[in-house]
Amino acid sequence: MDLPKSSLEDIEIQLLLEGVYQYYGYDFRNYALSSLKRRIHSFVRLEGLTNISALQERLLHHRPCLDRFLLNLTVNVTSMFRDPSFYIAFRQQVIPLLRTYPFIRIWHAGCSTGEEVYSMAILLQEEKLYHRCRIYATDTNERVLQNAKNGIFSLKLMQEYTQLYLRAGGQKSFSEYYTAAYDNAIFRASLRDNVIFAQHNLASDSSFNEFNVILCRNVLIYFNPTLQKRVHTLFYNSLCTFGILGLGRQESIRFTPCENHYEEIAQGEKLYRRLN
Amino acid sequence: MSFKIIVIGTSLGGLSALKNILVNLPLDFLTPIAIVQHRHKDSDRTLQALLQEHTSLPIREVEDKQEILPGQIYLAPPDYHLLVEPGYFALSTDEPVSFARPSIDVLFESAADIYREQVIGVILTGANQDGTQGLKKVQAHKGITIVQEPATAESSIMPKAAIAAVAVDWIVSLSEIAPLLVNLCDYIRK
Ligand SMILES: C[S@@+](CC[C@H](N)C(=O)[O-])C[C@H]1O[C@@H](n2cnc3c(N)ncnc32)[C@H](O)[C@@H]1O
Repeated sequence: MDLPKSSLEDIEIQLLLEGVYQYYGYDFRNYALSSLKRRIHSFVRLEGLTNISALQERLLHHRPCLDRFLLNLTVNVTSMFRDPSFYIAFRQQVIPLLRTYPFIRIWHAGCSTGEEVYSMAILLQEEKLYHRCRIYATDTNERVLQNAKNGIFSLKLMQEYTQLYLRAGGQKSFSEYYTAAYDNAIFRASLRDNVIFAQHNLASDSSFNEFNVILCRNVLIYFNPTLQKRVHTLFYNSLCTFGILGLGRQESIRFTPCENHYEEIAQGEKLYRRLN
Repeated sequence: MSFKIIVIGTSLGGLSALKNILVNLPLDFLTPIAIVQHRHKDSDRTLQALLQEHTSLPIREVEDKQEILPGQIYLAPPDYHLLVEPGYFALSTDEPVSFARPSIDVLFESAADIYREQVIGVILTGANQDGTQGLKKVQAHKGITIVQEPATAESSIMPKAAIAAVAVDWIVSLSEIAPLLVNLCDYIRK
């Protein structure tokens, strides 16, 4: 396919990302350009600047600007029991498999503010497997990890989350899992007992364990095919044989080089089992 | 030079407008089409099935990094923005734009960014302003801009907003849109 020549703007973005990487070590060079561009533009406007080169100057000379930039660049949208049918499939297809292990290691990569981690902890408690599990919840963004550790979410969301919990096969009254305090829902500390929150960057860090399950939902969409390949290789090498990989609803192993290393175990739910 | 992609945006009333266009496209229509139809974030696959009844061109809800292929129709999935990269699609869950996710502006702007004058942008019926910025960008990059004649739209707000902001190339009634697309793409193909 013949590609159009780079525009001035594309060159500015390349220089900006290269500078941020060389000087600060944060590597956004292989993020999906289309959505990254939108966020860079909105940040340029937010900072009251006129173009990307001006942003580069500010970023490289003013560290606080970098922190604001990092916060603006990563998309942290998440929800408890996001895509309830995924959790139903997990209960039906994955839980029986996990029962056969004496000890279960789960990696939530790109966990954002932790809603998915608490959802999984609840599911595992209900399936009476939680005491045998260790969940590693990682993200590159320290700010969201801090929120995840606190396990405090807006009370306003609880009505929606209750619906999602029930549609995800929830077996109890959802309000058993949190205490309401002012405008907040504080989740039970026991849900955190077997969770380790840690910073990990999928663009640059390597594997840190062998896992039975890796969940990475709606994170790889922000990467370009080159970085996706790196991360898929990392996941493949971090999974035990017959380990489970769970992706987001609109993600697929099909467009990656790892396609043939997995089999789909729940039609349409993006749950895959590592072969051999 | 040929067109690389047709992007279509619609909201309220979009289903019947889209059916009308699809049913009138020939089976050998090669230019890929990407559609944003606003819908609720929990909606299931029914839109795809409903539209598929009106054409034999394959319609699919886009998965991340899916290749853009000739003769295919692509639908933005509910609750994700649909963006164009060189030769493939990307998705994102960024904040809604003009209250919409998927957003028409996001699709149009990214398509214009990548394929420049090789984009055809089409705005159909709808009761909001999404798409206007996107169409502006398609125009700025010298792509072709088409808007449904507001009088033939179930809801004229979206077409009117686009016409007010962009000196569009074509304002045509709903039934003329498919023939126009065929003409534009055929003419260019020769
Ligand atoms: C849209 S959220 C997805 C949250 C959750 N998994 C879900 O699906 O609801 C994407 C997350 O990926 C994280 N992320 C982005 N780049 C990353 C990287 N290079 N390494 C690890 N996490 C990253 C962001 O900080 C953000 O929290």
